[in-house]
Amino acid sequence: MKKLSARRRHPLAAIVVLLFALAATGGLYAAFAPAGQAKAEQSNLSLDIEEGKKLFAVGCSSCHGTGGQGTSDGPSLVGVGAASVDFQVGTGRMPMQAPGAQAPKKPKVYTEEETRQLAAFVASLGAGPEIPKPEQYSIKGLTGEEIAAGGDLFRQNCAQCHNFTGEGGALTKGKYAPNLADVDPKHIYEVMETGSQAMPSFPEGIMPEKEKRQIIAYLDQVNTSETENPGGYGLGGFGPVSEGLFAWTIVLALLIGITVWVAARNAKARKS
Amino acid sequence: MSKTNASGRSKAPGGERIADWADGRLGIYKGAKKNLRKVFPDHWSFLLGEIALYSFIIIILTGVYLTMFFKPSMAEVHYHGSYVPMQGVIMSEAYASTLDISFDVRGGLLMRQIHHWAALIFLVAMFVHMMRVFFTGAFRKPRELNWLFGFLLLVLGMFTGFTGYSLPDDLLSGTGVRFMEGAILAVPLVGTYLAMFLYGGEFPGTDIIPRFFTFHVLLLPGIMLGLVVAHLILVFYHKHTQYPGAGRTNNNVVGFPLMPVYMAKAGGFFFLVFGLIAIISATFTINAVWVLGPYRPDLVSTNAQPDWYMGFSEGLIRVMPGWEWVIPTGHTLNFGVLVPLMIFPLVLASIAVYPFFEAWVTKDKREHHLLDRPRNAPTRTAFGAAWISWYFVMLVGGGNDLWAIHFDLSINAITWFVRIGFFVVPVLVFIVTRRICLGLQRRDREKVLHGRETGIIKRLPHGEFVEVHEPLSPEQLHYLTQHDQPKPAELPPAVDENGVERKVGRLEKLRVKISQGYFGPSGQIPKATAEEYKAIQSGHGHH
Repeated sequence: MKKLSARRRHPLAAIVVLLFALAATGGLYAAFAPAGQAKAEQSNLSLDIEEGKKLFAVGCSSCHGTGGQGTSDGPSLVGVGAASVDFQVGTGRMPMQAPGAQAPKKPKVYTEEETRQLAAFVASLGAGPEIPKPEQYSIKGLTGEEIAAGGDLFRQNCAQCHNFTGEGGALTKGKYAPNLADVDPKHIYEVMETGSQAMPSFPEGIMPEKEKRQIIAYLDQVNTSETENPGGYGLGGFGPVSEGLFAWTIVLALLIGITVWVAARNAKARKS
Repeated sequence: MSKTNASGRSKAPGGERIADWADGRLGIYKGAKKNLRKVFPDHWSFLLGEIALYSFIIIILTGVYLTMFFKPSMAEVHYHGSYVPMQGVIMSEAYASTLDISFDVRGGLLMRQIHHWAALIFLVAMFVHMMRVFFTGAFRKPRELNWLFGFLLLVLGMFTGFTGYSLPDDLLSGTGVRFMEGAILAVPLVGTYLAMFLYGGEFPGTDIIPRFFTFHVLLLPGIMLGLVVAHLILVFYHKHTQYPGAGRTNNNVVGFPLMPVYMAKAGGFFFLVFGLIAIISATFTINAVWVLGPYRPDLVSTNAQPDWYMGFSEGLIRVMPGWEWVIPTGHTLNFGVLVPLMIFPLVLASIAVYPFFEAWVTKDKREHHLLDRPRNAPTRTAFGAAWISWYFVMLVGGGNDLWAIHFDLSINAITWFVRIGFFVVPVLVFIVTRRICLGLQRRDREKVLHGRETGIIKRLPHGEFVEVHEPLSPEQLHYLTQHDQPKPAELPPAVDENGVERKVGRLEKLRVKISQGYFGPSGQIPKATAEEYKAIQSGHGHH
């Protein structure tokens, strides 16, 4: 100990201490960090970004610009985040088929892997919402009352455009709010998070994750292809207009058919 | 009539004794003898009014059932019934009890759906019945009053429907109640007062549902029931109109007696209508009130539309530009709402007063029991078609969002179409319909004079090809030529026999002008006369 203490003012002592400290932190890091995985992800991510950049250059850059900075034909994608890409490309809205009032949902053009790569590239342009994890949009574990509260949230925030149960509705100049039946919960979550076209965004600060889950759960109750309708066939769920149309066409035709039949049955008809 | 059994014969059958008992107190035999053999003409279009009558009865029957479970109260409760997506939601008792009727009352949902479908069909049937009466000229003397009774029934039906639609206090109908408040508020000077009076204070308050309930189940249907009875009594009193045909004149009714033919038919028809409505109600949802959510003044959804019969008012309000003046006193004149509110009664009144307008033009004081074929009254038919097109344009406006979605159109374009079409479409339809009627009259004339085109081509010995025309039967000839062709009114000579200038009022000048339009050379094609027919038949025959 004396030896060590005597050399503590040696010119190289600081360097030795520094070496020890570095070795200790490095060792600790090596011991605790999931080093291998992190490394692999790192390289995969950069690979994804590379691949995404190539895909982007081919499929997206004509409107969004080669660096995603936007042009007169398409908005800037800096900061929209991976979630937005996953929604737009995953539902087939992007790439757009033709310029128009609105990019409609259509069969998707890119595979899941390509979508991920595109998302990685766009996310690298600027920080934005990430693709949600399954537990973020899972509707498991919500009670009836929580789902009903989701209905209230839906009527407060969504029904103005999407109708009472998300059947969709018209907006100005040919734009519209689409029908939400059977939309993947992940996509509903993403579009609430990021907004899309005419749809405003409802980020975490405005609508917390749990409320989004409640809304998804409510839609799952009232508007899927499996939703039972206690009243029978629903006529599209558009309310009085479709009901009136049905009364004026099918029902009136049937009634007139009956009147003609009744009027034709008379005493004359029995004579023969 | 009553038979005495003093002779010691065995007693009369039970039914007869009951009838005797009733006759001694009510005098039913006399009435029955007169009315049971009353003859009614046969045509399917005469049954349209019956559809309305039967759906009215169905509405009353199902409505009584619904009142047993409905709570017309705006007290707030938490829902804990069996419908999961509304668990624990705060709502009015009215909405909660409607959910209970739909899910927890035996047969409740079916009753609700029958009630509501029957209401839509009631209005449809009244509308179609009214059009039948209009286009056949059945509203002419002596039936003008009954036309008005029917019209009142339509308007009352609209408002009974509207109040009923509002009772569940759901987000859809609540928007309509709010709409109505806005319309009342737009009335200058008294609007605010009227709204406060009707709603018992600021919107929504707690009174409007109980009040609408009283209107819906007591006041309006009570008046309607009275009007229905009066309407039917007048049908009996005037006797039914009939279509022209051989043997049918203005002074007879050709058809079958009420008893037994029409009793059986009408009875069977009631069950057919009831059955059809029940099938529709059991298979097609109407007003899925459970997914709409309770009404809250801070919420609104798209697709917030009234039932179809109020749809034209919705259209008016949707397409009217939101013009607004602030007058110097600081008050607002909201034309965006006020103008539609004023057009609303005008639309209805324009068809209601038509019979009186036509009577004024024609100065026709005769009774009419034979119906017109629509083509033989081209101007009237054109007016009716124009009115329907006008109404339809407004309905398009009321459903502009659904047109936009389903036909991939821009809602703005539809709104502009309706704004322009509101003025243009009726005029076009008037012109086109009138021309079609005149064309049909020309064809009738052709048919009378030259017979029916058989499509058989004959080659004559010298090589000429001719089409064989088959002469019509006397019945057909009668049918095509039986109608009156009134002469247009003319202004009296400008000076009378003493050389004094005759004064003719402006109104009379207008009347003559309109009459010229109705019955002048541009308003009707002279029908074939017997002389023309004889001349052609005795001549070269078919050409």
